[in-house]
Parts: sequence; structure tokens; C-alpha cells
Amino acid sequence: MEELDCEPAITWIPGVNSKKKQMCFDWGPGEMLLCETSFSKKVDTSEKVPSCPFIYIVRKDVDVYSQILRKLFNESHGIFIGLQRIEEELTGKSRKAQLVRVSKNYRSVIRACMEEMHQVAIAAKDPASGRQFSSQVSILSAMELIWNLCEILFIEVAPAGPLLLHLLDWVRLHVCEVDSLSADVLGSENPSKHESFWNLVTVLVLQGRLDEARQMLSKEADANPSCASMCRILGDLMRTMPILSPGNTQTLTELELKWQHWREECERHLQDSTFAASPRLEALCKIMLGDEATLLEHKELLSNWYHFLVTRLLYSNPTVKPIDLHFYAQSSLDMFLGGESSPEPLDNILMAAFEFDIHQVIKECSIALSNWWFVAHLTDLLDHCRLLQSHNLYFGSNMREFLLLEYASGLFAHHSLWQLGVDYFDYCPELGRVSLELHIERIPLNTEQKALKVLRICEQRQMTEQVRSICKILAMKAVRNNRLGSALSWSIRAKDAAFATLVSDRFLRDYCERGCFSDLDLIDNLGPAMMLSDRLTFLGKYREFHRLYGEKRFADAASLLLSLMTSQIAPRSFWMTLLTDALPLLEQKQVIFSSEQTYELMRCLEDLASGRPGCGELDAQRLQDDDIETTKVEMLRLALARNLARAIIREGSLEGS
Amino acid sequence: MEEIYAKFVSQKISKTRWRPVPSGSLQTAETFATGSWDNEENCVSLWSIGDFGNLDSDGGFEGDHQLLCDIRHHGDVMDLQFFDQERIVAASSTGCVTVFLHHPNNQTLSVNQQWPAAHHHTGPGSPSYSSAPCTGIVCDNPEIVTVGEDGRINLFRVDHKEAVRTIDNADSSTLHAVTFLRTPEIVTVNSIGQLKIWDFRQQGSEPCQILSLTGDRVPLHCVDRHPNQQHVVATGGQDGMLSIWDVRQGTMPVSLLKAHEAEMWEVHFHPSNPDHLFTCSEDGSLWHWDASTNGPEKSSLFYQGGRSSTFLSHSISNQASVHQSLISSWLSTDPAKDRIEITSLLPSRTLSVNSLDVLGPCLVCGTDAEAIYVTRQLFS
Repeated sequence: MEELDCEPAITWIPGVNSKKKQMCFDWGPGEMLLCETSFSKKVDTSEKVPSCPFIYIVRKDVDVYSQILRKLFNESHGIFIGLQRIEEELTGKSRKAQLVRVSKNYRSVIRACMEEMHQVAIAAKDPASGRQFSSQVSILSAMELIWNLCEILFIEVAPAGPLLLHLLDWVRLHVCEVDSLSADVLGSENPSKHESFWNLVTVLVLQGRLDEARQMLSKEADANPSCASMCRILGDLMRTMPILSPGNTQTLTELELKWQHWREECERHLQDSTFAASPRLEALCKIMLGDEATLLEHKELLSNWYHFLVTRLLYSNPTVKPIDLHFYAQSSLDMFLGGESSPEPLDNILMAAFEFDIHQVIKECSIALSNWWFVAHLTDLLDHCRLLQSHNLYFGSNMREFLLLEYASGLFAHHSLWQLGVDYFDYCPELGRVSLELHIERIPLNTEQKALKVLRICEQRQMTEQVRSICKILAMKAVRNNRLGSALSWSIRAKDAAFATLVSDRFLRDYCERGCFSDLDLIDNLGPAMMLSDRLTFLGKYREFHRLYGEKRFADAASLLLSLMTSQIAPRSFWMTLLTDALPLLEQKQVIFSSEQTYELMRCLEDLASGRPGCGELDAQRLQDDDIETTKVEMLRLALARNLARAIIREGSLEGS
Repeated sequence: MEEIYAKFVSQKISKTRWRPVPSGSLQTAETFATGSWDNEENCVSLWSIGDFGNLDSDGGFEGDHQLLCDIRHHGDVMDLQFFDQERIVAASSTGCVTVFLHHPNNQTLSVNQQWPAAHHHTGPGSPSYSSAPCTGIVCDNPEIVTVGEDGRINLFRVDHKEAVRTIDNADSSTLHAVTFLRTPEIVTVNSIGQLKIWDFRQQGSEPCQILSLTGDRVPLHCVDRHPNQQHVVATGGQDGMLSIWDVRQGTMPVSLLKAHEAEMWEVHFHPSNPDHLFTCSEDGSLWHWDASTNGPEKSSLFYQGGRSSTFLSHSISNQASVHQSLISSWLSTDPAKDRIEITSLLPSRTLSVNSLDVLGPCLVCGTDAEAIYVTRQLFS
């Protein structure tokens, strides 16, 4: 066993006092049942404390139950499926482009969810739920932040140069207060006199949005002619700062050279005290030189260490290489926190990403986040980037599969989202199938339609055992509800011969009791399904006999009846009924049973009569029953004898003629 | 089919239905109802696809559908039908049939009429009820016909508390869907591949006609009648097969068309353009069947094909002759003549498309992936 990464969180269950009473629990898929036992901790306490009368269900994955997050689960399910279907043969650039697109799709779903959650948080009527939604918003926002960074570092794998541009976009996307600030300032009557004017200009410079910063400076120049020339010089510096543009063909070395020249020019201005008259402009110039002390003076505007990191890189090492990133990240974090506070989980996750330690990122996320959605999908995507192949866990399968299984199990615990879970299990090659088999049997089937959906899932995956069990459940239910037709249909679908026999027996019993068949629409249309069990075949054939008889096709009916007995399809217990059915045929005016057939019938009758146990006990009811039986046998014998006589005469005369 | 709007709604949608537009009006469809299933709390909801302009609080864009109102529904919504402009009838997995009334003034729904335990099982020997899901309903003002897993057919009148007529044990297996053939005749489909026609004028519990698929007894899940040709009926089965039946003749389908890979949950003729047919399936696909291609040529083919040529007189308007061709196109049994054009309407398939409805140029469908899709340009 590995060491614990952090102390497990304690969940307090209201009403249960674990100090006084012992608790008992049982694991379920994704949840736990828990209750207080009647055993007290101290043996000697004789007082009977009334124990807590409730059984608690403890769920570990509460996010599954959020209405808004359901949209995230459903929409990302589609993306997940699409990702699994990406052609394996796609290689190189096109594959990478595909994966980046998938990653962006995931992020846009997170963002959409975040926006909706934000709306709900604003509209929330009571402050408690408002706070809850707001905390969800911040969790989603953190997820998106982490995902975006992972996308840049692991999926896009941006090289030196473009790397910083991506990081800049990343910071701009997530530190977005500047936009509202900008609208606020520009909307005022006199922007340059606005109290936040300089804050805005500074933030724009910090985020590398130099064009916008220049426009702001020109406003200041218009309003304040005394510093117009300074503003112009700084504006020129901003304009001439060399940056890598995506369409440009210049090499990194060229860029570095130009950038070095530009930096020297900035330094010269600073040394010449060009901006000495305006401390604010001087500070801006220092920022553009990447002066760490000046940057740290603007901690509030930077708002977090990774903004500081990116700004610092932008103005001190714009062509930073991916491998050097972690060094800058660590020092930025240390400088920014300055020993005043310790890093939070989010900081650790981002730091792990800067260190290119994917496993650490996933591990920290698993601990910090309240659901499996994020880690499962991110890990799967990174696995498709072929970044995780080497890593195997000491339990179960690899990490991707482990996380997907956890996520899917959580979905299965939900009364409605289980359908999504099926596809996730499908893409877990090692343990997915067994997990699905275990979970799918536990889905409550309240309607046939739901059952059909579950059956379809099982049939598509050739899970014959589960198909049988589901059909059996439905057949049992139908029998209990007196729906024999339905029960038979289900047992036919399950190819469950034993159950088909049982249902057929019920049909025959009902027939014996009532003298007519129910559910003819089904029995008359059994077709090849009749062969499923002998009893079912008998049921179908026996019904056919009745139909033939009804249609007055007596000869066909008679031979069918006889064959039912001679071929041993008919259960012996039913022979008497069959023989009784032969009576009216024997009594017809014309001869129906030939002499040979009559002999057969006689043999059947005598077989049956001799097989009967002798009357041992003296039971009134039984005696009476026997009486009826004896009369029946006698009647049959008489009818058979008479028929035999007629048949012999007829056959003799036919031969003679 | 350029624009198809999807909206995730946090509930699995079992049924979607357009509200009928008043007859004779030129309005297009703008309100539809949905029912959910398999949720802890299910509901019947009304949505609008009309323009809301600034009212749009969701940040949704134009063309997105907005929730008007919803009401809790006990049990899964198994079927949903508009009774008239204001009333919606819902079938529940609890066997209950409920009529909801929509109040457009304050955008609310309320229960107008309810028949609890309209469908139930009678246990062996005991009179105690155990509920049976109601699986299908069809409305024809003032009548409502319901069918259920208990094989029972109920005929309700909206203002009567008691059922007007009940046929117990009408079917030995589960009845999956029902539709009117022509009042007072209905047609039901069941789980052993049979199509039964019932006439409420006749007493007793026997159907007046049984049609069935041969051999395999593949369950039928949905049925729809041709809007103009009342003898033409389309059904969809468990194997995804589309069957076209002519109830006037034979006991077998006129044509069997290989369609979806899994259960076909619904089939609908376009109400005003019946040479178009729509189907949706458990396999996550939604198909548009177009039998109108090369209509006029086909009609001439058809007439040469041996029917009474006196029918083809010059006085018949072009419209009518095209129309005649449609009937033949659905009833044609010649697979060699590939007359039906099929288009898939949903971009990527994942989870089951449970329900669809068409009205004019508008189509709405709902899925197990908790999304509702709407398009307003079916025939663009």
C-alpha cells in the first residue's frame, strides 16, 4: 500500500453519535448505507439511550445530482464518444489538431456550464444556495483553468515562442476583470481622470495588451499636454516591441535579436531618466523591462502568481523553453507568496503541470475536486495523446481505466444517468465489461420500455447471462400479474425452456379449469418458437387440435391427438384429458379413428389405468374422485370398443368392395 | 436542414409533441410539450420556439427554445398527446392518465382531469390492484383511448370520471401504441408483432381484424396512420424495421423496409405532406423518408402499371395526380425501384431518440442524452 496523500475527510452524520454507539455500514455502488447499532461502546453502561432510528444513505459523488452539472455530463458524453472514435491511424499534425479541437470542445462545455451556474447563483433567492452555486462556479472555473493549461502544455505541446503566446491567452482568458474595468473607464466622461485609469493601463501592460495600453496613453496625452512627449515615447516603445506573430516566418534567433535591441532601448530611456517626471510612466517602463520588484508592487493587479509568472516571462524571456518553465514557475510562486501564505491545492496542481508531471496533476485534482468527471475526461484525453502509456497502477488496470470506471460507477448510482455510464464502461478494455455486467443487473425495471432499453444494451454486447436474467425477471413479474401471454413472450425471448414449460403448464391448468383457452392470439401464432420446450410444443399442438376440431376437420384432429400421446409430447397427467377429448370423435356418425388408431388409443388408456396407484387410503374425496375416474375409463373403454367394431366392419367392407 | 438547435435540459425526454395550430390559421408551430422519464421527479413541460428578444435570460441565442412552464408528473411520461389547444393528455408508468390544462395568461399548467389506475393488473385470485404502465394514448375530441402493459383498452370521455368503455384482456401481450383508423375504429400494435383493429361499435373483447408480421413475432413499438389514406398504416418494430400496411387487404404488411439498427420508437407521417415520413430509434438516429422524389414521373409509371386508366383523366388537377402517386409510393412493394430517399437528420448519433413530432416545416425530437432538438426548416 502506498502512503495516504492526505488525511481522509471526516463526514459527520447528523443524529448518529459514534462516541456512544457503534455504527454499522454496507457498501453499495457509489454509496453507502449506514446506521447505528444497539451495541454501546462501554459494556458496563446499563442505561438504554434511545438509538437513532434512521438508516442513512451516504453518497460520495454528490455532484452527479446537480441539475446543471447533468448538462455537463451529457454533453461531454458525446464528446467522449467522438474522441474514442478518432481514427487511430491519424498521425502527426492532423491527429494533434483533432485532439486540440476535442480539448477545446470539453472546455467550451465547462464554460457553458459555468455561465449557467453563474446566472443561477445571481438569481438564487436565499443566500445559502447562492453561496453554494457560487462555490460551484469557482470550482468549474478552476477546472477550466487547469484544463486549459494542460491543453497548452501536454496536448498542443507548444514550442518556445508560441508557448508564451498561448500562456498569455490563458492568463487573459482567466483574469478577465480587466474587460469590465475597461468598459467602466472608457464609459466615463473623462477617461483619463477616472480613478481606475492608471490601474487599467497597468493591467493592460501586465497582460501584454500593448495596443490597448497605447490608446489609453494617447488619451492621457490629450488630456495632459505636459506629459504628452513622455506618453509618446512610451507608446513608441510599446508599438515597437517585437512579438512573434503566428503567420510570421522569422526565426526565434531573429526575434531574440530584435527583442534584445528593443530592451536595450527601454533600458536607455530608463537610465536617461526620460520618465523621471512621471513615476507612473516610469513604473510602466520598468514593467516592460520585466523588473521583478516593480511587478511585485502590483500584486493586487496581477491577482495571482501565474499571472505574475506569465508577465515576468513576457518581459524578461519571451522565448522561454518548455523545460525551463518549471524553474520560472517555482520562483514566481515563491516570490509572489513571499513566505506569507502557503500554496493552495490549485497552486500545487498548476505547479505540477508546469513541471510536466501529469500524474501529479491528476492525483492532486482527484484529491481536490469533488467529482470524477474532470480527472476521468482529462486523463482519457491525455491518454489519447499517448502520454500515459507507461504508467500502471498496482491495482486494477491502468489509470485511465481506473478513473473512467470510478466516474461511470458514479453515473450508475444515479437513477437516471446510468445510460451514459454504459458507454464509458465500453471503453474500458480490461474491467469495463465485468463492471457493466454487475451494474446493469441492478437497474430497477419499472416499465417494459425501460427493460427493453436495458435488454438492448445487453444484447448489443452479447451479455447472454444478463439478457436471460432480465427476461426472467420480466416473465416472473408477468406471471405474478396473471399476464401469462406476456410471461410466455418473455421466456421465449430469453430462450428459457424451463420457464416456458412452467407458463405452458399454467395455460393448460387454466384450460382444464375453465374449458377454454385464454390468449389465443399468442398461442395461435407461436411459429417456430413453439419448439422451445416440449410442453410449449404440446400447448401449441393441442390448441391446433382444438382449431382443427372447430373447423370440423375430424380426421386431421384425430391423428394429431393420437400423435400427441404416442410421441410422448403430452405429459402423462394430461392423457386423461386427451382421451376424454377423443370421446366426441369416437361418437361421431362416421368412423374417424381407424382400427389401428383405436388399438393405439386402447393401449394408451390401459397404460394409464394400470399405472394408477391402488386405493390405499380411505379418503372420501379421493374415493369420489376415483369414482369419477372409473366411470370415465369405463365410458372410454365402451366407446373405444364400439369404434373398433365399426372400424373393423368398415375397413373390411372397404377392402371387400 | 441547415439549422438544428439542440438544448440540454437535464432530464431524459420520453415524448415531444407540437401544440396543434388552430385549423385554418396560417400560424406556424411555436409551442411544444415534452415529457420526461426515469427521473426521480418527472415532469410535463411546455416550450416555445418563438422569438423572445430581450426576455432571453439564459444567454441563449435566437432560435433556441425556451421553457414556458412545467408541472410535476407522477411516474414516467409514457405518452403525451395534445387534446386541443389548451389541454395535454399524459400517460404515466403508474397506470394513471392525466389531462393537464395550460393557462396561457400566467403560463402555468394544472391538472384538469385524472383517471388513476386506468391501467392495472389484477393479481391471481385477489382483487387488489397493482398498477400497470399506460403505454399509449390517442385523442379525438372528446374521446381519449388508452392502452397499457395490462393489455387493456380504455375509452374515456374528457368530461366523464368513469371510463366509457373498457376492454379487459384485449391483448395477451403488452400493447405498445394506439391510433385512430377512422372513428370509432382504432388500431393497436403489440409486443408479438400484431396489428389489431378494434371497432367500438362492436360489443365483446375481440378485435375485428388481426394483421401480423410473419414468423419472428418481432414486437411493434409505434404506429401511425396516413393522414389522407386511412387504410395506409406505418409501424416500427423492435428490429428497427419500418412496415407499411394496407388494412383493407391481406393480413401481412405490404412492404417491409430495413431501417434502424435498434428499436424504432416512433413513426410519423407528415400531417400535411404525407409523402414524407419520419422515424426515430433507440440507436440514436432520426430519419426523414422522402417518397416524393420524381413524383409526376412516378405517377405515370404507376398508371401504366395496370390500374384503371379511366382514373387518369385530364380533368384531374396536377395536385391530385401527384397525390395519387404518393399512395402508390408507400404501398409499392417493388424494392428494385428505389423511390424513397432517406436522410439522417441528427449530426452524430449517441443515445436513443425517444420521440419526434412534425408540424408544418418544424420538427422536434427528444433524446436520452437529455437534449431537445428543434428545426424550423425541414424542407429547405
